[in-house]
Order: sequence, then structure tokens, then C-alpha cells
Amino acid sequence: MNTYAHAEEAHAGASVGTNLAIWIGLVAITGLEVFLAYEALQPALMLTILIVLSVVKAGMIMSFFMHLKYERFALVLLLVPAMIFCICMMLIFFFPEAFRLLQMRPH
Amino acid sequence: MHDVKTDSTLSSPWSGGASPFAMGSKKLGMWLFIISDALTFSVLLIAYSYSRITNPDWPRPFPINPAIIFSTTMTVVLLASSLTMVMAVMASQRGDRKKTVLWMVATMAGGLLFTGLHLREWLHLIEEGATIAHNPWGTPLFGAVFFGITGLHMTHVMIGVIYLGIVATGYGRGKFSAEDVEVNGLYWHFVDLVWMFVFPLIYLMSVKY
Repeated sequence: MNTYAHAEEAHAGASVGTNLAIWIGLVAITGLEVFLAYEALQPALMLTILIVLSVVKAGMIMSFFMHLKYERFALVLLLVPAMIFCICMMLIFFFPEAFRLLQMRPH
Repeated sequence: MHDVKTDSTLSSPWSGGASPFAMGSKKLGMWLFIISDALTFSVLLIAYSYSRITNPDWPRPFPINPAIIFSTTMTVVLLASSLTMVMAVMASQRGDRKKTVLWMVATMAGGLLFTGLHLREWLHLIEEGATIAHNPWGTPLFGAVFFGITGLHMTHVMIGVIYLGIVATGYGRGKFSAEDVEVNGLYWHFVDLVWMFVFPLIYLMSVKY
């Protein structure tokens, strides 16, 4: 057996049924997003809901399709907090400046 | 059945050869690349939000019919290609080379269909007068943001199709392993994941009512 043996054996992963259910869930959330766009919500409310739904979809894809749920938790700790930290750093610079400029908009 | 190298990667952390994440270096490398690429797209989407907040005349050029219906179809096509990739990875883990290659070809077809639909969408906007530096609706930044972000994503899709072609060919001939298919799958799902942010933020937040 070659050196890839452990990689081929290590992951049971989700069943076809689970993956199919996740996929149907992703399509359903996409449908909900489009429905919200059709309903013409307030932009701020719309943005908040869309970001939450996108994060949920990203979590579903990473957990099941990308097998993160079935990897060692150490991998989640390596990847996710570092990414969230970097995005928070970007947002720390983004929000004060963006809202300052928002106040300066010509009305 | 494990050889020396495999056993050394699974042995205790104190024996010098441990793999703390219990995975091959290719897969770990792909995960690290994915996180760095996710940050690239995060920067672009935050820059887009910044531009949008600071420009009151940001255009909303996408009517529900046809632009949103069209881009929703693209989203479903990309999601479907993710499902076929899941099937390819599962087939490769069973050692079924023929089915793996077939599912990977189906994934490539989904990627090509997505790219084709997206290019049609681009041409439609270009026909209406939108370019990188100019558009007939409002702030000229719209073109740079729209073509920049969706263009980078489309580049990822096209690279993914080439990557799938190479791995499917190699796996079919027995040159690549199931791990290579799984690493390829990680990349493809990431491309799908990015679109789950690009589609709502670029399209659904710019609906013309």
C-alpha cells in the first residue's frame, strides 16, 4: 500500500443522503435570498440578513462538502480564528472611516 | 499495511514525525491557500462596501427579470457542480476510478456552463455601456468593482476547470490518488463558497426596482 493509504482510509465523511440534504438546504437558502431581493427590503436590513445567510451557507459548505466537520478540531482552530481575526482587523479600519465618510455625503 | 512514512505521520507527537492535523501536506497546503484566498476576496468585498457607502449614486442595474433570474440560475449551476464534486470525492474514496472521472467531468461541465452564462451576463452589461472605467448609470467605480470581483471569481472557476481536467486525467490513468481528488474538491467547493458571498452582495444588493 502506498503512502496515501491513511488519507484514503481516514475520512468516512457524510453519507450521500446528508450531502444531498445540505445541497437542498443551500438551494433553499439561495431561493430565500432571491425572494428577499424581490420583496425590496430596506438596504441595511437586507444586507444584515444576506450576510447572516451567506455565513450560514459558508459554514454548511465548509463543514460538510469540505469535510471540516470530520477533520481534527485542531485544523478548525488553525484556520477559522486566524481568518476571523484578519477580517475583524479589516473591519476595524473599515467601519469608523466608512461611517465618517457617510456623514460627509452631500444630502 | 502502512509503510514506514505513513506510520511516522500518525505516531506520537514526541517521535519526531507526527502530523498534528492527521492529513497529508497537500491537503493542509490547500486549506492554507484557501484561507489566504478567502482574505483576498474579503478585502475586495470590503473595498466594494467602502466604495458603495461613499458614493451616493451607486448604480442598481440588475432587474429581477432577466438579470437576477439569470444570476440565480448561475448560482444553482455552481451549487450543482459542488454536489457532483462531492460525488467524485466519494467515488474516489471507494477506489472507483471510472465513476470518479465521470463525476469530475460533470463538475467541469458545470464550471464551463457557469462561465458561459457569466460571460453572457458580462456581454449584456457591456452592450448597455458598462466598462471598467465608465457606465451610463452612476459612479464609474461600479464597473471596476463589478468586473474586478466577478472577473477574479470567474478566473478561479476557469482555473478550477483546468485543475479538474488535469486531476481527472491523472486519476483515470492511475497517476494521482484519492487525496489529490479530495484536495481538488476543496478548491472547487471554495470557489462555490466565494460565490455565496459575491452573488448576494453584488447582485441582490443592486436590484433595480
